[in-house]
Amino acid sequence: MPRTLDGNAVAGQLGELFALEITTATSRCARCGATAPVAALAAYTDGPGAVLRCPTCEGVVLRLVRGPRRLWLDLRGAGHLEFQVPD
Amino acid sequence: MGRLTWRTATVVETRWETARVRSLALDTGGWPGHRAGQHVDVRLTAEDGYTAQRSYSIASPPGEPTVTLTVERLDDGEVSPYLVDEARPGDRFELRGPIGGHFVWCPDDAAPLQLLAGGSGVVPLMAMLRARAGVTSPPPALLLYSSRTADDIIYRDDLAALARRDGGPRVVHTLTRAAPPGWEGRSGRFDAAALAELALPPSTRPLTYVCGPTAFVESMAGLLTGLGHAAGRVRTERFGATGG
Repeated sequence: MPRTLDGNAVAGQLGELFALEITTATSRCARCGATAPVAALAAYTDGPGAVLRCPTCEGVVLRLVRGPRRLWLDLRGAGHLEFQVPD
Repeated sequence: MGRLTWRTATVVETRWETARVRSLALDTGGWPGHRAGQHVDVRLTAEDGYTAQRSYSIASPPGEPTVTLTVERLDDGEVSPYLVDEARPGDRFELRGPIGGHFVWCPDDAAPLQLLAGGSGVVPLMAMLRARAGVTSPPPALLLYSSRTADDIIYRDDLAALARRDGGPRVVHTLTRAAPPGWEGRSGRFDAAALAELALPPSTRPLTYVCGPTAFVESMAGLLTGLGHAAGRVRTERFGATGG
């Protein structure tokens, strides 16, 4: 059975991609519309990649898969990401 | 702020916390500084190029010359057995961080601080208590800490020392397995009755941090919101038994 962590658990991997802090960004689930900080999404990390799911409807928000010299990012399930930016 | 990059960490000092938990003070060379509650990724590379990567919480408060990680050995792990049993001063490995902006506590936050730890989930919370110890007139603080046995309590003496200080946190231990003769803490898991008795009143709007195994975190977060704590004031960090 896959173990659920939270978005914080993949913060390092996402930090490779985003110049802004991703874990405090608010994501809006494209399926149910619920919003949550990325850190509070349910993370499944036991597969070949990482999957972040909406804590409300369990819809897939983000998928990240790493291969040799490649990285796939699937954001179809994220209606939007709202980042906090420094002044 | 920029993208995360790997840097070399050098072990400066190690300290046993329990029979299976060790703290490593690291020289991280040009550390950008961190906030209490953040973690790092550690990457080990074998001679054949195989790499293994895990996340570990930072135990030390901001502003110290070294960065301290506290790591629990997982017997089937790929990284923790090295960090706990093998690493010695002078050893180097790759590290990136600090990571995470959500599960962090800022010492200038005036809200009462409520911390719930399951096992080695106490590590990022200890960074918060250590940061709090450096603040004049800090907010009230409570740590509810669940361990299996008395021998599994991490930072037992450090927590007692913090609690004895003027304005120190209230620390309540519970043991979920055997309690030794003369044990003065509680026994059994923190349940609804225990939290109703021990937790800070929701009316004081505490900021709550819960860290531990997934089942512990979900149980505690559910009980707290059941007691009337606003879900938005309860921050959680789960670790599987995965760590490794």
